[in-house]
Amino acid sequence: MDLVTPGFGLVFWTIITFIFLVVILKKFAWKPILGAVSDREEGIKEALASAEKARLEMQNLNADNERILKEARAEREALLKEARDIKSKLIEDAKGEAQVQANKMIEQAQLAIESEKKSAMAELKNHVAGLSLDIAEKVVRQELSNKGKQLELVESMLDEAKLN
Amino acid sequence: MTLNTFKNALFSALFLVISFAGYATEDTENKDDKEFNAKEMILHHVKDAYGFEIIEWNNEPVSIPLPVILWADNGLTTFMSSAFHHDDSGNTIVEKNGGKFVKLHEKIYQLNKGETAIVLDQEHHPTNATKPLNFSITRNVFMMWVSVALILLIFLTTAKSYKKSKDGVPKGIAGFIEPLVLFVRDEIARPMIGEHKYKKYMPYLLTVFFFIWINNIFGLIPIFNGANVSGNIAFTMTLALVTFIITTVKGNKNYWKHIFWMPGVPVPMKLFLAPIEIIGMFVKPLSLMIRLFANITAGHIIILALMSLIFIFETVWISPVSILFSLFILIIEIIVTAIQAYIFTVLSALYFGMATEEAHH
Repeated sequence: MDLVTPGFGLVFWTIITFIFLVVILKKFAWKPILGAVSDREEGIKEALASAEKARLEMQNLNADNERILKEARAEREALLKEARDIKSKLIEDAKGEAQVQANKMIEQAQLAIESEKKSAMAELKNHVAGLSLDIAEKVVRQELSNKGKQLELVESMLDEAKLN
Repeated sequence: MTLNTFKNALFSALFLVISFAGYATEDTENKDDKEFNAKEMILHHVKDAYGFEIIEWNNEPVSIPLPVILWADNGLTTFMSSAFHHDDSGNTIVEKNGGKFVKLHEKIYQLNKGETAIVLDQEHHPTNATKPLNFSITRNVFMMWVSVALILLIFLTTAKSYKKSKDGVPKGIAGFIEPLVLFVRDEIARPMIGEHKYKKYMPYLLTVFFFIWINNIFGLIPIFNGANVSGNIAFTMTLALVTFIITTVKGNKNYWKHIFWMPGVPVPMKLFLAPIEIIGMFVKPLSLMIRLFANITAGHIIILALMSLIFIFETVWISPVSILFSLFILIIEIIVTAIQAYIFTVLSALYFGMATEEAHH
């Protein structure tokens, strides 16, 4: 058994041992170990992929939310604007109606005043006529006694009437 | 012999380092021959042996006997290595199954018919004996089986722990083994062979990686007395042969085309490259064989040589130097155990990758 001459016995046993080892380990060690490792790697890969998918979905959802929020905001704006419009219109309408009402009342008042004035004038005229009759009566009576005094009276009476 | 010069060079270098002015190199050589033969001791430890020597006690070696299995003239002959009574000079004759067997320089010979004692020529080779076909369970075979038992224990336990955990999360020993397995898969098989074909070669690559590594580590454990399995050329040759066979069998059209008729170069160049590529086919496994053998054996020789210094100088004062240096080498060797296993595996994978590579233009 020299240092650099391969011994036949050892070659023989090494071949047998090595083939035995490869066969046994292949079946009972490498297959389960590598199988478990690659299974786990597959699992990790799948988990990562599904996480990525979930992230994308989340992103889409967020975008949707954003869109819906924007729409809602716009709608609110529109509603508010409409309400404002309605309010101002209502005020405007009310104002107009009030004006009309007021005008009408003023008109009625004027009419009333006019008719009152007319009736007052008529009464005044009657009164004046009465007064004139009274004066005429008194003048007639004075004429009977004193002509000068009668004239004087007429004059003063007329002055009084004018003052009235 | 190169080993001797190497040893001398190493010793001379150490002399310079520690400045032992009083000693002359010749003196140590003389002592070497008479009392302690470092070369013999080292080679005895590095090479294979019958019987598993543990320690020398009262000048008597204590060893575990191992079976000797021979295919001799009279068929299968088996006996225990203890039958030789630690004799290595061919004096003890074991008679078994009608044959007479002797052990000489860790080789077993069968005496020719009618001979009663071994006759040696001037170069210590027996003249009246032949070597029978030897299937003995030697020290290295025994240690190889111990390593196989350990490997099976480790990896079957690992596989079981995966079955136990439902989610496939490694627990216990699997947490330690899985990174190594993944290393072989992701750093060796995948880049060298390619994503689509690497799976087929995983059992071989994983087995060869751990088989070499564990045996390298076993070689460093002192109590196993230098059971130098992965530093034995028979072991490395067998593994290199397996790599060669797989490469050759799996070689596709593209691979053979690159060997015999290199594409993309002019015809004279094709003719010039073909013999080189054919030689390369055989050099690749040869380099695998020699690299592992030489690296591991060299490590053993250095450590043993450093330890021999104590006995060569016959002084205890050299022991700190011996111990520190061999500790240093031992730590390097621990790294080398993994590196050599890695290199063998990575090169095997590279050759498989070359053999199965598809043509790309």
